[in-house]
Amino acid sequence: MQEEMLSVENLTMKFGSLVANDQVSFSIRRGEIVALIGPNGAGKTTLFNCITGFYRPTSGRVIFDGKDITGLRPYKVCRLGLTRTFQIVKPLKEMTVEENIMTGAFLRTGSRSKAREIALKVMDFTHLADKGQMKAGSLTIADKKRLEIARVLATGPKLLMLDEAMAGLNQTEIREAMDLCLRLRESGITLLVVEHIMEAIMPISDRVIVLDAGKKIADDVPAKVVCDERVITAYLGEKYHAKSKKP
Amino acid sequence: MYVVIGVLPFIIQNTNFHHVMVIFLIFAAVGEAWNIITGFAGQTSFGHAAFFGIGAYTSSVLFWKFKINPWAGMLAGAVLATVTAAIVSYPAFRLKGHYFAIATLAVAEIIQQLVVSWDYVEGATGISIPVVADGFLNLQFHKSKIPYFIIAYVLFGVVLLISYLVENSKLGYYLKAIRESSDAAEAMGIDHALYKLIAMMISAFLTAIFGSLYAQYILYIDPFMVFSMNISMKIVLLVVLGGIGTIMGPVIGAAILIPLSEYTRILFGGTGKGIDLIIFGMLVVLVACYQPHGIVGMLRRMSLLKVSATKGGGATHAGRNAVS
Amino acid sequence: MLAQVIASGILMGFIYALVAIGLTLTWGVMDIINFAHGEFLMLSMYSAFWMYTLFRTDPLLSLPLEALLIFVLGYVTYKIVIKRVADAPGLTALLATFGLSLVLRNLAQFLWTPNYRFLNQTLVTDKKLAFAGIVLGLPQVVASVGSVIMTLAVFYFVQRTRMGRAIQATALDKATAKLMGINTELVYGVTFGLSGACVGVAGALMSTFYPIHPESGALYSLLAFVIVALGGFGNIKGALQGGIIIGLAEALGGYFLGTQFKYAIVFLIYLLVIQLRPQGLFGW
Ligand SMILES: Nc1ncnc2c1ncn2[C@@H]1O[C@H](COP(=O)(O)OP(=O)(O)OP(=O)(O)O)[C@@H](O)[C@H]1O
Ligand SMILES: [Mg+2]
Repeated sequence: MQEEMLSVENLTMKFGSLVANDQVSFSIRRGEIVALIGPNGAGKTTLFNCITGFYRPTSGRVIFDGKDITGLRPYKVCRLGLTRTFQIVKPLKEMTVEENIMTGAFLRTGSRSKAREIALKVMDFTHLADKGQMKAGSLTIADKKRLEIARVLATGPKLLMLDEAMAGLNQTEIREAMDLCLRLRESGITLLVVEHIMEAIMPISDRVIVLDAGKKIADDVPAKVVCDERVITAYLGEKYHAKSKKP
Repeated sequence: MYVVIGVLPFIIQNTNFHHVMVIFLIFAAVGEAWNIITGFAGQTSFGHAAFFGIGAYTSSVLFWKFKINPWAGMLAGAVLATVTAAIVSYPAFRLKGHYFAIATLAVAEIIQQLVVSWDYVEGATGISIPVVADGFLNLQFHKSKIPYFIIAYVLFGVVLLISYLVENSKLGYYLKAIRESSDAAEAMGIDHALYKLIAMMISAFLTAIFGSLYAQYILYIDPFMVFSMNISMKIVLLVVLGGIGTIMGPVIGAAILIPLSEYTRILFGGTGKGIDLIIFGMLVVLVACYQPHGIVGMLRRMSLLKVSATKGGGATHAGRNAVS
Repeated sequence: MLAQVIASGILMGFIYALVAIGLTLTWGVMDIINFAHGEFLMLSMYSAFWMYTLFRTDPLLSLPLEALLIFVLGYVTYKIVIKRVADAPGLTALLATFGLSLVLRNLAQFLWTPNYRFLNQTLVTDKKLAFAGIVLGLPQVVASVGSVIMTLAVFYFVQRTRMGRAIQATALDKATAKLMGINTELVYGVTFGLSGACVGVAGALMSTFYPIHPESGALYSLLAFVIVALGGFGNIKGALQGGIIIGLAEALGGYFLGTQFKYAIVFLIYLLVIQLRPQGLFGW
């Protein structure tokens, strides 16, 4: 039986009067790939920030592996095995790809040669092996997105949260990214994935959570979510929905 | 390089040259120390004079008032500077970018003014370190500058080694990650406050050691010599000039800056006041405009060109082989 | 007596504010710390001095010339030096402006000796203004009023004119501003010029009561850094209020603790305020 790994309880995040996350609750079970979707500005990135400790939520709780991690500093959250990538990639520009990944690997070892070993494995896994000596700042966007994943993968996470890891990629690259997600799961990592590209995310996810204007409006298997009226409304807008209903 | 520096004073037997070499080593070492917190960790300090001055004053005051051995004083100064760094850093690291830089500057200025108005240490008048017999234990040598050079050289070697170890260890990777993106660093499990603090403490410790050595070498200090913003900026300048964030940078920067300023001072003395600094200022502007990555960056680019040229050659060879 | 101290603190505060506004403009718009800012101020003072000594033109009358002169100096500095380092990594721009400050300061020393010079027969020299038991030097009052006028002028320029809006837009987002058809090169040049004009005016005003020597500007630029950071980078209102806070802190600190501590107090205030507001008083 799958156990709960992460559960978010009534999480609310306000910026002044703007409610970016409104009483959001959901949970993720070990071994799942869960998609988190929603229109621009729905509050997905904010939710990521709240879960991983970059923001302290206004109210609500975040439980990871049975531990309350609400408001815990991000580095502590990461050490517990929960980490994330950034929508706006943050490569360590002046360092090489290998050094980037080694930095992540140092969470597991103090030794440089061990860190390099881990980095080499991760580079193989993420198809960055031939770019190890390149400066991270000079990579293409696709490789930067890969590096974003590779770097945190090296820390040995149990649950990995990807924020739009496929945005800006071409078809081939998207397929590779999908494949990477599946292989990550196979290697025992649970995934929470924010993505706009439906064709990419629907086939690989076990469950889809939909946010709209900060509120969770759906949480179900992909096949059901795509038929959900509220989701269609959220994505296509009230007007279009009303029209499509008429005939 | 290190070996060349080591033998030079024995080839060129000239007191002025020996003097320049000692000052060069001191500032190269302090540059390395500053480079740890600013070059590696990316936290711009405009206040390293504070640590330099604390080192200089602690050993001098302990020796002058309490007859405490200068080596012990040096260690005491370094510890005091480290403690100061820890106390100051904790609140300062909450600040980002320029706000942090100005805070370090403010701290150094405050310390300078306190020392200026502190009668116990003779305030603005400064301290003349009592002259005692020559000797390694006393850290005073009056006949030749060579012993000072050797001591500076060994200590500088230790600093180089520490810099190298820092850069090539987990600490170094973490510091650079923090410099590049503190968010990315945190997402990799890095406690950036802690690592910045460690970097600052190491940096302060080493800087103070050379502050003490400087005082023992000149045998006279006043607050404006060792605590002033000029010292802080000299350190910043030589590292940026040489190439920030690299181990060779501070050495190269100091190798250019220190002889330039010391020799022009020796040459022009009081008469040509300002000329040396005019030339020096212009040089700095030129380097900034045309070699933004410092001299190390320039050398790297040149060697990179060479490497890629040979590689290109190799590729055509391979191509030819394939065709034939 | 206390009222007197407070009043003179506020007067100095307005002058500090004007110097700081010049600095905050370039800092906020281009993210460049101009270490030569104080030297611009010093050159303006020398200019006022020579105008008086050679042509018997009172500083208050030659003021527009100083403003123009340092405006041009700022503009040229941008075109020759700053432009090349504006996009360079990290501390390179700082290196350039610091080098420039060394050149200017020592050039002044070379040309005009390190001696202190005073203008002691200007229109306002030695005149006093008594008001409700407070006696203030006329030079300080005039300098302060002049600084306020210049501050308002700069504020008006940045807020209301086309060029001012272009400066604001460029400060927010250079790339977008460029796309909108703003000549960002010109904007930067003018920003530097304007920054110079601020100290041009301040220098002329201060030459009536402050000793003129190559290091005159150094202390002011140091204080200006603190004021700018206190107010939030690029924030004119912040610089104004920061200036007054620092002016007051200096005056009151000097009064209660002795003049040797007045700058220590100034820096301490910065450290305290910045703890409560890590982005400066008005920055975000
Ligand atoms: N630090 C912040 N301060 C103020 N408002 C913020 C902040 N971060 C996000 N917001 C606001 O919160 C709302 C949600 O933003 P968020 O970035 O979480 O959306 P998103 O779902 O990730 O959108 P996208 O698909 O475009 O990435 C937006 O209205 C945004 O403007
Ligand atoms: Mg987002």
